Amino acid sequence: MEFLQQMINGLSLGAFYALIALGYTMVYGVLRFINFAHGDIFMIGAYCGYYLSDRILRLFGEKLAILGVVGVLLTTMAICALLGVVIERLAYRPLRSRPKLAVLITAIGVSLFLEYGGQYVFGAVPQAFPELIPDRQVADLGGLSISTNQVLVFVVTGILLVALNFIVKRTKMGLAMRAVSMNATAAQLMGVNIDTVISFTFALGSALAGAAGILYSVSYPSIDPLMGVIPGIKAFVAAVLGGIGHLPGAAVGGLVIGVVESFVAASSLSNYKEGIAFAILIVILLLRPAGIFGKATIEKV
Amino acid sequence: MNRPVALILAIIAAAVVSTFSGSMNAYHVQVLTFIGINIILGVSLNLINGHTGQFSLGHAGFMAVGGYMAAYLTTNIAPPFGGGWVGQAAVFLGSLLVGGLAAAVAGLIVGVPSLRLKGDYLAIITLGFGEIIRVLIQNTDAVGGPRGLTGIPGYTNLFWTFLFAALTIYVISSLVDSTYGRGFLTVRDDEIAADAMGINTTRYKVVAFVLGAFFAGIAGGLYAHSTRYLTPEGFTFQKTVEIVIVVILGGMGHNAGVTFAAVLVTLLLEALRGAGDFTWMPQFVRDLIKNRTLIFSMVLIALMLLRPQGLFGGMKLGKRQAA
Repeated sequence: MEFLQQMINGLSLGAFYALIALGYTMVYGVLRFINFAHGDIFMIGAYCGYYLSDRILRLFGEKLAILGVVGVLLTTMAICALLGVVIERLAYRPLRSRPKLAVLITAIGVSLFLEYGGQYVFGAVPQAFPELIPDRQVADLGGLSISTNQVLVFVVTGILLVALNFIVKRTKMGLAMRAVSMNATAAQLMGVNIDTVISFTFALGSALAGAAGILYSVSYPSIDPLMGVIPGIKAFVAAVLGGIGHLPGAAVGGLVIGVVESFVAASSLSNYKEGIAFAILIVILLLRPAGIFGKATIEKV
Repeated sequence: MNRPVALILAIIAAAVVSTFSGSMNAYHVQVLTFIGINIILGVSLNLINGHTGQFSLGHAGFMAVGGYMAAYLTTNIAPPFGGGWVGQAAVFLGSLLVGGLAAAVAGLIVGVPSLRLKGDYLAIITLGFGEIIRVLIQNTDAVGGPRGLTGIPGYTNLFWTFLFAALTIYVISSLVDSTYGRGFLTVRDDEIAADAMGINTTRYKVVAFVLGAFFAGIAGGLYAHSTRYLTPEGFTFQKTVEIVIVVILGGMGHNAGVTFAAVLVTLLLEALRGAGDFTWMPQFVRDLIKNRTLIFSMVLIALMLLRPQGLFGGMKLGKRQAA
């Protein structure tokens, strides 16, 4: 039972990592670069929820509370998507033809800017995240407990993953995204507008990160401007674990990291919980740098 | 001026300034010490990030290893020879070197696996290792764990600081300018071509990493014996960013530029510290200035967009700089 309980806790933790990891992996797919600032979009998502949820929930009232939650999620996702597009437009696009190192350094700069700009705007003190839905136990199966928040996390994550899969596999924009990630030059020659595709990818990834921010804050209701750093890095590990650029890989990687972390936290090694993601990263990069699902590529001269 | 002469002159200058430091304002001495330490950190990171082109984000971690190691030794070993200055110098110098070696070993342990990776991956994995080092220190009771290490003797003075700053610049510039050292530059400029020319690129990367970590460890030791108090919180990612800014501002692979940038950034940091007293500024501007990392992030973005080669990149000072 203890095992199952840790499994459920781990999966709900892993759901956040999966949502963030998808953004890393999508951006890597089209631009071949790691968007360091992605974890901070997650933080901005949490703050959007913090400022918006009271107003939106009041708008819908008690009876339509569930619509209110959907409203908060959608608004946050829209704001984060916009933010992602603006960041790409202002900070990354001018550097697209420059060495990758310049983009990497800029991304670190953007990440710090969001974190400490957040401290300046929101204050450095942690805030209590409001309760979106009343938190109580839905199921109590002989010691196994599942809370409403966990159900919310699973349901929303599931819907988002299905929607993402639909967008990437069945729409024209998704086709263009896949084309660009396969070969950007050839895609451009076939008439794909690369700039639009990149903007769309940033919007999609940032929206997922924003949703993750809300879900995370519902489960761990203390938010601060630096909250995105550690989940961001762990989600990156998840993306690498699944094979960066590989969408289902990122989702699986996120769940794996979540489960492993929750077992470590319950064991005697709990002091080293924060280090475990890095240990996993190091092991994968040494043994199988392409990740679980990734294909090893040969660098061509 | 040839390099050994410059080194000797610098050491003499450090000794002279140090003898007068007793009559200087203690705060000014502190700032000068930080300038020296930041020069060591900047120039040593420049060997890894600038000359060899391997973007590492773990420098604060190596600094922590060296600092903690040296401080642990000096707090536990009483100076020999009756505790006079000779004994103190012997203990201090020995501890600094052991601290540097410990950091070098950490550099080797981190470098061998991670240097198989490039670019973004290397940056993240070194960042990860830096954090792991911090978590390990936090869980080590012998050095105070999360409470920090106190009661470190204040051995650092201007002489030691600038002696090591001068040595760092000397060793790294001479190395990069030597026949052997050209290998570092080829690894940065074109790794595949370097490989094809028979250069052992992995070996060069590891050497750069270990040597850079060694000097970072020395800087950590100097820092520990200057502030006389260490806490794991002093070696977070922000500290690394400070050093990275020094390197980028000075121009990657440009030692003179990085040295100057170290002076500039240290002074700027101290100036920003006093921002709360600038009563002629509106409150929100003062709050903005006090948030040093926010300012840094904007400098970083602006530099990359407007002048990615750094303030001094591409300029030559005196003798031909290693391009």
